Amino acid sequence: MNTSLNYAYYPGCSSTGTSVEYDMSSRAICAALGIQLQDVPDWSCCGSTPAHTVDHSLSSALSARNLDQVASMGLDSCITPCPSCLANLKTAKHKMQDENFRDKVNKLLEKPANTQVETKSVLQILVEDYGIENIKKKVVKPLTGLVVGAYYGCILNRPAELMQFDSREHPMAMDNIMEALGATVVPFPLKVECCGASFGIPRKDVVMRLSGKLLDTAQEIGALALVTACPLCQMNLDMRQSQINRANGTKHNIPIFYFTQLLGLALGLTEKELGMDKLCVSPRTLLNSIAKEEQIKEKAA
Amino acid sequence: MKVININSSYDSDFVREVEEESGQKLNLCYQCGKCTAGCPYTDEYDISVSQIMRLTQAGQKEKVLQSNSLWLCATCESCTSRCPNEIDVALIMDVLRHMARREGYTGTGRVKTFWDSFLSSVEKNGRVFEVGLLVNYISHTGRFWTDVDLGPKVLPKGKIHFKPTEMQGKKEVAKIFMRFNEESAK
Ligand code: SF4
Ligand code: SF4
Repeated sequence: MNTSLNYAYYPGCSSTGTSVEYDMSSRAICAALGIQLQDVPDWSCCGSTPAHTVDHSLSSALSARNLDQVASMGLDSCITPCPSCLANLKTAKHKMQDENFRDKVNKLLEKPANTQVETKSVLQILVEDYGIENIKKKVVKPLTGLVVGAYYGCILNRPAELMQFDSREHPMAMDNIMEALGATVVPFPLKVECCGASFGIPRKDVVMRLSGKLLDTAQEIGALALVTACPLCQMNLDMRQSQINRANGTKHNIPIFYFTQLLGLALGLTEKELGMDKLCVSPRTLLNSIAKEEQIKEKAA
Repeated sequence: MKVININSSYDSDFVREVEEESGQKLNLCYQCGKCTAGCPYTDEYDISVSQIMRLTQAGQKEKVLQSNSLWLCATCESCTSRCPNEIDVALIMDVLRHMARREGYTGTGRVKTFWDSFLSSVEKNGRVFEVGLLVNYISHTGRFWTDVDLGPKVLPKGKIHFKPTEMQGKKEVAKIFMRFNEESAK
């Protein structure tokens, strides 16, 4: 294991609001694993989906301002928990290798853009740089009895040429982590299907249908919870679960965790540090049952 | 189904522009339909993504750019991942959307208004301010907030802020938008 993992950390806008528990738990697990994070100073929005639907130079310029901030820290790699930020930051770097495009972006910026800074997801560095075997060694509270499905969402690994991580159709990174933590992982068949993304406000009906299908499937395969790595997926499945139930006549009560929250739990961090109380679908019963299973196992041993 | 006379309305400039802006070769598409088969939004589309590919190949500019599908595509990358000819279909959808915008097409308008509200929030605050974005969207569409029921669930979580977070460089961000608007007007 590399003992001096050190990254610039780009939290992204949703971390200041609707996905605050993703940010909290990402920071907490990195601290617990000895991974150093330095916040990108005065970071700004990457432009998210709306910017790239308007124009690619605008989208890349918004991202480039942040890549430049990373370079000013003397670092050349940046990590972010959010797949949407990840896609934009990576796309900007990738597209700016083309001189004509770079010129277009530079016209929008104060100073020429940095084209070297590499961005990865928190998930990717945990798997590739830290290593699942090493994570396993740090587990103090195994997630015994937790039956969980891993849902990756559509853009964490796609397009494959850009993301360069895991598989575009059958990603396994979170499945493997959950297994290392002692959970029982059930293969989730809709791993990379779209949840309805940012259409919750302009076209809620679409989110009800697509996220509804994800929850129905989770139930069918006997998953007691889903883990996600994306603020939009998590929000659609968790915050909107009651709306989905009403729209589709279902009665789902499936906690939707960020993978970092469950990882933190297994590392012995407190529920408070991991923002468990920020989840809309209460994980209380489930968390109690994990603790109980663990006690029974300990007694038997 | 409406029949289009392809020969009379073939717009070669349109085909060239799409190819240039996306860097993709449209004639690689042989209409296998795999992109449509995996498109989560196809039930909502007025023209399916493989048909958009075909109509674009055939230079049917107006028919393509007025399609509401362009505004419902979530860039989920499923089509791109599965196309047997490795066409970046999602990128073509993105490029078509840029063109539609430039030519004044908006689909049914709601999605575009939402995205515009998002960007004006970034332009103003440097970061997205969720509550401000919502208020802006509602005032532009005249629609009721369809998430009122979430209030009692979400508010006690302390996730919703009624003031934007402060950042130093928000003027720099606003300038990116300003320069972009100037460049687009050229
Ligand atoms: S998957 Fe590719 S080749 Fe098949 S119809 Fe779609 S764009 Fe054409
Ligand atoms: S990227 Fe757009 S067109 Fe392609 S599958 Fe996803 S929603 Fe459909």
